[in-house]
Amino acid sequence: MNKFERTEGLVAPLDRANVDTDLIIPKQFLKSIKRTGFGINLFDELRYLDEGYPGQDCTHRPLNPDFVLNQPRYQGASVLLTRRNFGCGSSREHAPWALEDFGFRVVIAPSFADIFYNNAFKNGLLLVTLPEETIDRLFAEVEANEGYRLDVDLENQRVTTPSGEILEFEVDDFRKHCLLNGLDDIGITLQDEEAIRVFEAKHRAARPWLFRDTAQA
Amino acid sequence: MAGQTLYDKLWSQHLVKERDDGTALIYIDRQLLHEVTSPQAFEGLRLAGRKPWRLDANLATPDHNVPTTVKERAEGNAGIKDPVSLIQVQTLDDNCVEFGIEEFKINDPRQGIVHVVGPEQGATLPGMTVVCGDSHTATHGAFAALAHGIGTSEVEHVLATQCLLAQKMKNMQVRVEGELGTGVTAKDVVLAIIGRIGTAGGTGYAIEFAGSAIQGLSMEGRMTVCNMAIEAGARVGLIAVDDTTIDYLAERPFAPTGEQWQAAVADWCGLVSDDSAEFDKVVVLDAAEIEPQVSWGTSPEMVTGISGEVPDPAEQTDDTLRSGYTRALQYMGLAPRQKITDIRLDKVFIGSCTNSRIEDLREAAKVARGKKVADSIKLAMVVPGSGLVKRMAEAEGLDRIFTEAGFEWREPGCSMCLAMNADKLGAGEHCASTSNRNFEGRQGYGGRTHLVSPAMAAAAAIAGHFVDVRAIEEA
Repeated sequence: MNKFERTEGLVAPLDRANVDTDLIIPKQFLKSIKRTGFGINLFDELRYLDEGYPGQDCTHRPLNPDFVLNQPRYQGASVLLTRRNFGCGSSREHAPWALEDFGFRVVIAPSFADIFYNNAFKNGLLLVTLPEETIDRLFAEVEANEGYRLDVDLENQRVTTPSGEILEFEVDDFRKHCLLNGLDDIGITLQDEEAIRVFEAKHRAARPWLFRDTAQA
Repeated sequence: MAGQTLYDKLWSQHLVKERDDGTALIYIDRQLLHEVTSPQAFEGLRLAGRKPWRLDANLATPDHNVPTTVKERAEGNAGIKDPVSLIQVQTLDDNCVEFGIEEFKINDPRQGIVHVVGPEQGATLPGMTVVCGDSHTATHGAFAALAHGIGTSEVEHVLATQCLLAQKMKNMQVRVEGELGTGVTAKDVVLAIIGRIGTAGGTGYAIEFAGSAIQGLSMEGRMTVCNMAIEAGARVGLIAVDDTTIDYLAERPFAPTGEQWQAAVADWCGLVSDDSAEFDKVVVLDAAEIEPQVSWGTSPEMVTGISGEVPDPAEQTDDTLRSGYTRALQYMGLAPRQKITDIRLDKVFIGSCTNSRIEDLREAAKVARGKKVADSIKLAMVVPGSGLVKRMAEAEGLDRIFTEAGFEWREPGCSMCLAMNADKLGAGEHCASTSNRNFEGRQGYGGRTHLVSPAMAAAAAIAGHFVDVRAIEEA
């Protein structure tokens, strides 16, 4: 997984609540058996005026000029500012894959859906939760100032605005550690292989019906 | 001292290790796999040279991409006309062979939607931890199993380690007390719950559904309720074990037998929240007040009763909510204050992991019997949740009731719930759907989904617009 330490980047505002993972990456693109290449179809139904299909050359598709990511001032954005309950719905990990592949490193919102939250951190995408009032203020600042950038520092858990204001955020220690070091958590879990084996033996002894070979013996 | 909730008990029974940083390793008893969210997980194992930790914990079946027409299904994988879908299904088959995982392939009579197949086989048992790379894994909580929808990285993690990295959730109890009215089903109950607590109301919680109306539901109904816990933001939905649970599981193929069955049943009886357990949040609904529900918007929380009307965004005081309502009405092509019964439909879909089990089909057939689908309906389809549900329905003659009324009777799969196969809505089409999500584009580009119960969907197919199924059932 990609490491994340700190990023300083252009902010794009997506002003809607409950952005679901179907909207982030529509189902027809989930047919891929790879982890990459989803960026071109990120927010496909909002971004283009026609219906997209997998494997298509998107360079000549009609763009929706009203969609924020199509506006010239937000080209190259790496920080997505959005509203509450971002990432709700389907568990598709293609959602963070698409956001990352497009170029986002950070999403800032008042709240995130649980499964999306897990998936993002496993792919080096930092999710920053800030209070609703702060988000309202950031939206106003982004819209008022072309070229608005934020500095996001994971180590110190703070976001710094262009005026020097510091916004602190919470992130749990394990996720932070994995992200800062780009760690694969399967490797970390397998350090506990012995503990898992001991647990498994006890679990089987206590509830043998949970294991097929002993359930119907 | 406060007692334990059902969730607390399941958590502690599977806790391998707690770390100082608040994360924990929990042991996973069952993983269900399908073609969409597993290929990258298997590829990850291959690249790292890892093997699955425990083969018999896994069970796979293709469901999202499979065609549902009889003709295409007769050809097996070769009947999948979309080459990208075909590769995905073929990849699941290949991975299951390579890694030694049991799979119900496309034309195995046991194939179906993972969340229908697991319980039907007894592969989901009370007291288990169940995971699947699909958010509707919450379904299995109806059996007092701790069931999580997970992402693909987690699928790989569970394959490799038999564990999930998790953080303990908070406990919420949603109690539905009293008796449901005639024609009011589990689907209406869960839509009413989502309407009450909102699509993020359960975020961070494991929701236990309880109360006399929940206890009165069949296992099929309980699965419908738990299935949509995720639509209220909760990864986990749970219902305590009782005789209904145990009766359902007896003699299922994967269920324990003989002495093991006796021991299991004795153990399962403890899978209830203690009377003295304390929940972080409690929500109570009066069953008698729940009427058949219809969603009008683009989030499952945008729902109302059949006697209701589409809300007026101008009356919303919260800015974010107001703009969300405005956008939803525009997408759905509905006017403020429009009566729900005035919404005309183009298509009707009865199926999905929410509502494709035998009881769902019986409820829909009861309404459709002897009637005809309205001429204005372009397509009304019934997609059973599994090959075994299909056979059972055919043995009961339900297929004939549907086809005589003008419904298409299809082969099992996820179908138009998310339209990864050829079953989809056209732009602007309104669909009465028994599925779980009314998100923009979910059932097809520009498609307009209204979430309802199977009985309400069948009634809408016959009328051509939404009608109160209670009026039909009483007539």
